[in-house]
Formats: sequence, C-alpha cells, structure tokens
Amino acid sequence: MSTRPRVGLFVTCLVDLVRPQIGFAAVKLLEQAGCEVHVPPTQTCCGQPAWNAGADGHAREIARNVVAAFEGFDYIVAPSGSCAGMIKRHYPEVFETDAVWLPRARALAAKTHELLSFLVKVCGMTGVTAQYAKRVCYHDSCSSLREMGVKAEPRALLATVGGLSIGELSDPQVCCGFGGLFSVKYPEISERMADDKIADACATGAGALIGGDLGCLLHLKGRMARQGKTLEVRHAAEVLADMGGEPALGEP
Amino acid sequence: MSPDPKAFPQAARDALKDPLLRPALGRLKTHFGAGRAAAVQRYGDFESLREAGKAIRDHAVTHLDDLLVTFEASVNARGGTVHWARDASEARRAILTILQDAGAGTVTKGKSMVTEEIALNPFLEANGIVPVETDLGEYIIQLRKEPPSHIIAPAFHLSKEQVAQTFLAAHTGLDPKRSLEERNALVQEARAILRAQFETADAGITGANFLSAADGAAVIVTNEGNGDLTRLLPKTHIVVTGIEKVVRDMTDVAVLLRLLPRSATGQPISTYVSVMAGPRGTAETDGPENFHIVLVDNGRSSLIGTEAQDVLRCIRCSACINHCPIYGAVGGHAYGATYMGPIGAALNPGVMGVAEAAHHANASTFCGRCAEVCPVMIPLPKIMRHWRAVEYSSGLAPKAITRGLGLWAFAAKRPALYRFGTRVAARLLRLMASSGMVRALPVKNGWFAVRDFPAPHGKTFQQQWKARR
Repeated sequence: MSTRPRVGLFVTCLVDLVRPQIGFAAVKLLEQAGCEVHVPPTQTCCGQPAWNAGADGHAREIARNVVAAFEGFDYIVAPSGSCAGMIKRHYPEVFETDAVWLPRARALAAKTHELLSFLVKVCGMTGVTAQYAKRVCYHDSCSSLREMGVKAEPRALLATVGGLSIGELSDPQVCCGFGGLFSVKYPEISERMADDKIADACATGAGALIGGDLGCLLHLKGRMARQGKTLEVRHAAEVLADMGGEPALGEP
Repeated sequence: MSPDPKAFPQAARDALKDPLLRPALGRLKTHFGAGRAAAVQRYGDFESLREAGKAIRDHAVTHLDDLLVTFEASVNARGGTVHWARDASEARRAILTILQDAGAGTVTKGKSMVTEEIALNPFLEANGIVPVETDLGEYIIQLRKEPPSHIIAPAFHLSKEQVAQTFLAAHTGLDPKRSLEERNALVQEARAILRAQFETADAGITGANFLSAADGAAVIVTNEGNGDLTRLLPKTHIVVTGIEKVVRDMTDVAVLLRLLPRSATGQPISTYVSVMAGPRGTAETDGPENFHIVLVDNGRSSLIGTEAQDVLRCIRCSACINHCPIYGAVGGHAYGATYMGPIGAALNPGVMGVAEAAHHANASTFCGRCAEVCPVMIPLPKIMRHWRAVEYSSGLAPKAITRGLGLWAFAAKRPALYRFGTRVAARLLRLMASSGMVRALPVKNGWFAVRDFPAPHGKTFQQQWKARR
C-alpha cells in the first residue's frame, strides 16, 4: 500500500480550456513532491462565476459535483488561489442551510489547498531544479493573497529557479481588475486597473510577469496584446516545472 | 454628474476620461493608504483593537432598541430633545420645525453625511433658510453645487487650482488679483469668510460620529475646529445622525475613537474630539440654549435580521473607500449616491432597493481589500454578493448574464456534455486565433472591448490527460 498522499488535482476550467500545460506542470510538481496525483474526469468548474453572480442554485449544484468528485482524496489541490478559495472559503457558505452537504463541504474545504502553498507548507518543498533565465515580477491574485494567505511560498520557490531574479511590484496588494464577470460587465474600469498593473509590472524592469491564477493572467496578457506590450506572461507552476521554454501565454 | 445610481456605468466611463480626476484619485494612496498603514504599524496589536471595535458595534446593532430608549432618556435628563425620523422626509420636517421655532434665518453646518443623505440643504433653501457648510471640503463643494465625492474628504476630487477658481468666482467682494496659489491662502480665505458666518448664525447643525446611550451625549471628531464653532456659538444646536451610531457608553466610544482616525487618516487621534451633551447649564456661559438630536432611520432598521445587518457596524471611516480599486479608478461621483465605494455598495442596495443600486454591488472584483482594512470587520464583499443574489433571484439581473450563466451552468452540471463543449470551444478558439491571440469575437462589448484573448494551444487538459494515461 502506498503511503504517498493521494491528491485530487482540481484542474480549473480555465486551465483545462486555455492552458493545459499549467495542469501538467502541477502534476509534475506534485509528483516531484511525492504525491500520488489523480484527476477526476467528472470535474468541470468550481462554480465561482455562478456564486459571485448571485446564482446560488446553480452554484450549489455545481459545488455538489465538486464535493462528490474530490471528497475521497487526502487533499484537493488547485493551481489557482481563486478556485481553491471558492472551495475552502465559500463552499461552507454555499451550503450554509444544507444539513446534508454542509459537513461534506466543510470536510472538503479543510483539505483544500492552493498548489504553491501546498508544495511548500504541506509537502515541505524548498526548491526546484528548473532553469528560467529572466527577471520576473510576481502578481499576487487577490484570492491567493487574501482568501488563501499565499504570499511567501511562490516567491520562495521561484527564487530557487536557476537564472531567475524577482523584482517586486510597487503595489502587489492591489487588484488587477479581472474579477471574473466584472471584467465583462465593466470593461472600462477593468481596463484602467489592468493598465495600472501592467505599468507597475513594466516599471520593475521584468521580462516576464508570473502569477498563480490564470484568470488574472488571461486578463493582463489580453490587455497587453491590445496595447502592443510584449512582456511574457506565465503561471508560476510552468516555470517551477521547468516548462519555461515552451511558448508563453498568448504566444503561437 | 448624475445623482442616479442606475447611471453608474456611464458615469464611470465619463469619470475615467476626466483628466483632472486621475491625479486627484492618485492621492488616495499617499494621503490615506500610507497613513493608515503606518498608524496600524505603530499601534501594534491593531487586530485586537478591531475585534474590540467589532464587538462594541455588534452589541450596538443587536441591542439598538434598548440603547436608543436609554439614549433618549439620558438626553431628556440633560434638557435636550430627541426627534425620531423614519425617513428623509420626516427628518427634514423635524429639522425645519426646530429652525422655524428658533426663528432661524441662517444655519451653520458641521460635516454630516446624513444631512447629505436626506438632501437637507435644498429643502432648507426652499424654505427660506440659508445653510452654510463650514467644513472646508463641504464649503468648497457647496460653492460648486456638487455632492461630496468621498465620506471624510468631500472635495477629494478637486485640485487646489480648481478650488482657487471656485473661490475667485464665489468670493466676489475680494481683490480679484489676489494670489491663491498656496494651499494656506485658500484655507485662510475660507476661514475669514466662515468666521463671520459662525458669529451670526442662528442655529448650528452637526452630525455625530458616536452617541453614548448612558450619557445622552453625541461625539464628533474633526480636524478643523469648525464643529465646535458650529455647536457652541448659535443659540440652537441640532445633531442629525443615523440611529445606528449609538453605543453603550464613553468606554465604548473611547475604543472606537482609537479605531476611527487611524483607519481614516492615519492619525492617532483627530485634532478635535467634541462631546456634546445637552444645552448649556444655568451656571455655564457657553454653549447652545437649545439642544436637539434628530435620529434618522431611513431604511437602516430594515437591515436588522438580514444578511446585510453587519453593514450597520460601519463607523464611516472611509478605509474601505480609500483602499478600493474601483473607487480609485472612477471616484465618488460616479456612484450617484451619498455613500460610495465598498460601504456604499453594501449599504445602498439595502436602503435604496436592489433595483436602484444593483450596480454598486456588481461593480466589485471581490478583491477583498475593503474587508481587510475595515476597522469593525464588516464582510463587505459577502454583503455585496448577497445583494447580487437578491438581484438574481428577483429576476433583475441583466438577461445576457442570466442566460449565459444558465447555459454554462447547464453544461457544468453534466461533465460529459461539459467535456464535449470545452473540446469544441478549445478547437474553435484556436481556429479563430492569429499569432496566439483571439483578437475579436462578433461582440464588441465585454471582454473584447478592451482586451484580446490568449488562445488555447489545442486540446483541453482533460483530453490530453485521458490520452496520456
């Protein structure tokens, strides 16, 4: 019998659709850290778009699917502070009045982690053997920062990547303006926030913007492309898994 | 500028294009953000202080009826009078009656957001009474006929050049060639003009930051001293405030006084803390002869027992506003309401109705910074989400959103269908891409109004994972 922790990887809907290599990078890192990785095929999305839009019924049904798909594992890990935050912080709210599902949701929430903090805090990972010869800046997603308390871990791991140096943003605690449906409902406000974040990133002299949440990265890269800016954008897991040589987000 | 909360999207777009607004809003970080951070750092265990503040305000909200009854008895015992106002109209009428009984023609005002909320000034003017705002920021926007753009800094959206222009246009009796380039020149000019108003006003109106039930006292914090001149010089003093401001006693107030200025401006304490309790005593030479307190409900009590109840803990420090990236982008006028930023987003849909103020609750990325800095730990994003749920379940949400979410949710609940859909979507997006980016969809609003979309590289993760294993 294996004593390796059985980890259910919550791939996230954006990673599944737009950037599968983040998922594979997560698998690689989790296996390097000694985990047995499973990817339940019945997972779809965490339900956060519905929950944030106030569509509680939809959110509950989708959340039930996630609870059922993942409750059998020792841990549930997502390469996203936002999806992990939804499960850990908000599923207990989603099922607040549901006597049957609330305990199951709470149990799942208790073993839910954001990937990078899981690698450091639970698996004890202190470094990687990857190479990425660039100066980077790290974008903290608000969910990672405030819902999951992830701040030091990505920086600590990235600092061990060969050739990599980190330049801090002047306002790392400020939102980039993504906010899921917010970016669609109020595009011009979102644009201003993105432009401020991109200007901050460019001012660090970094050649790449690294983050832990694909939502923010899609938004920032999408805006940079419209502005004609060429800063490389990647998920931290890709760099840590030594996949930094592959085309970056939005590159052919 | 529109006073209409429903016009938020257009008002926000206009604000984003205003070249004068951006540098003004840029000062949020240096004026307030940095000050709060330093004050919190210096204090030490600020978290315990927040916990204490939250407990005090929670007690107040859950014992509001008892505290208000005690408060009224204490005010009466000191010779003051309490007036109850269920809504804005009752509040305005109560104030007018007091002023008419006092034979008042002019009334000086200290800063009070509740009087903005009940639109008191135009009502007084229509009834032949001249209100004069004496807080410098309020005075400036009164001259400009604008509403406040911020709770504690009502003229925050203006540059000193704009203020100079305002004074040159308004103070016509002064030398038009005088220099108003220095900030101090502006302050001195306003001081001189307001001094005469203080001395001749028939009545004074202030707000209240806190009410002590045990003492029948109202407490205000100011940095200009205008609150004291407003309340002490005229014969009649009226305090206009929300019913939720009451707490048990001065011990509670003392805790909140440590939280408020640190959270607001980063000051350990404001320049003035004024305690107002009743008219002047027979042996006293200063203070008003008549003391009135108008307690305004205006929708507040309807929040008790709802998921939005915690918003009543608010002590109006503006920390949430000062740290809100949406407010920082569009400023306060875009909200078209007295309370803007995160506190407005949590409060307005409750007191105005979701149909009226839904944009306020929706215009948030849920970044959570407002809740992080709130001195009394109001779960602001959670309350905004509650209003979104009310909007959604009432059928008030935009049809494009509900239909889109419905379709997506239909698939997300059916994993096989969902996997099929994402396979098709990944393929389609890849086909539509050029140089790695999807440049535009047929839709010209939403995402593609300002951004491209990084295209998938081909197959979905689930497809590739299945093929590998």
